[in-house]
Amino acid sequence: MSRQSNRTTDSKKMNSELFTLTYGALVTQLCKDYENDEEVNKQLDKMGYNIGVRLIEDFLARSSIGRCQDFRETADVIAKVAFKMYLGTTPSVSNWSPAGDEFSLILENNPLVDFVELPDNHSTLVYSNLLCGVLRGALEMVQMAVDVRFAQDTLRGDNVTEIRMKFIKRIEENLPAGDE
Amino acid sequence: MADEAPFQFLHNEVIQYIYKSADSGDTEHGGNISTLENMGCRVGQGLKRPLTKDTARFKDELDIMKFVCKDFWTCVFKKQIDNLRTNHQGIYVLQDNKFRLLSQLSAGKQYLEHAPKYLAFSCGLVRGALSNLGVKSIVTAEVSVMPACKFQIMIQKM
Repeated sequence: MSRQSNRTTDSKKMNSELFTLTYGALVTQLCKDYENDEEVNKQLDKMGYNIGVRLIEDFLARSSIGRCQDFRETADVIAKVAFKMYLGTTPSVSNWSPAGDEFSLILENNPLVDFVELPDNHSTLVYSNLLCGVLRGALEMVQMAVDVRFAQDTLRGDNVTEIRMKFIKRIEENLPAGDE
Repeated sequence: MADEAPFQFLHNEVIQYIYKSADSGDTEHGGNISTLENMGCRVGQGLKRPLTKDTARFKDELDIMKFVCKDFWTCVFKKQIDNLRTNHQGIYVLQDNKFRLLSQLSAGKQYLEHAPKYLAFSCGLVRGALSNLGVKSIVTAEVSVMPACKFQIMIQKM
C-alpha cells in the first residue's frame, strides 16, 4: 500500500475515533444531566436535528447530488452516499413497505458504538438516537417530513442495527414574502 | 474532508448544549468551560491512535512536547504546531496559526468572546493525551485574532 493511502486511511480512522469518543462523552454527560433514559433520548434527537439541518448543506456541497426523484432514490443516497461519506459505512436498504413510504437501513456495524456497552440501568437508552435526529433534520431541509426510529440495536442485544424511516409528507417551501 | 465533519458538527452542538442547558449569565461560564474541558480530557485519554509512536523513547519533557507539537497535533488537528516556546521550567506555549476548530468561527476578531468555548474541549484533549504519556498538566488557551491561538501547557510535578 502506498504511503499516501496509508495516511488517508489513518486520518479517517483518527477522525472516526475522535467522533466516537466524543459522542460517548456526550451521552455520558447527558445521562448525568437527565433523570431518565427517555429524556436523554429526546435530547439526543434534538441535538441530532440541530446537526442535521446544517449537515445537509455540507452534504449537498460535497456530493453535488441533484434532487431525488422519489423516496427510493432518497434511501439510496442516504445509505450509499451520505453514510459512506460521513461514517465510512454503507448500510443496506431493505424492508420496503408495500406503499413504498417506509424502509429500513440495516447497519452491520455502527461506528458510534465501538467499545460501548450499555450498563443495566440504562436498558431503555437509545444510545445512537442522535442519528435519528440528524436524518430527520437533514431531510426536513429538503422538504421531506420523516419519522425515524431505531427498530433494532446491537447495544440492546439485537444482531444488527436497524433504522426505520417513514415518509410522512412533503413540506411545502415557504417562499419569502415580497420581491424575489 | 467529509470524515472530519461529524466531529466538528458534534463538537459545535456539544458546546451549544452545554451553554443552553446552563441557562445562565456569566457566572456559569467558568463551570461550562470546565465541563467542556473535562469531556475533552476523557476523550483525550481514550485516544489511542496518536500514541502509536514508541513512547518509551522520550528522552525528557521537551521531547514529549515536541511529540505533541508534531505527531499528536498532526494526527488530531491535521497540522503541526507553528511555534513552540518554553521557559524551561515546565511552561510551554504552543502557537497554532490556523487552529482547525476555530477556522469556521471567524477570521479576525468577530465572535472573539465565544472563542474560549471552542477551545475548552481541545485543551482537555491535550491534557488527557498528556496524562496517557505520564505527564500531569494544566492546559489553557487564549486567542487574540482567530483562527490563530496559543495553548499554554503547565507541567505539574507529580
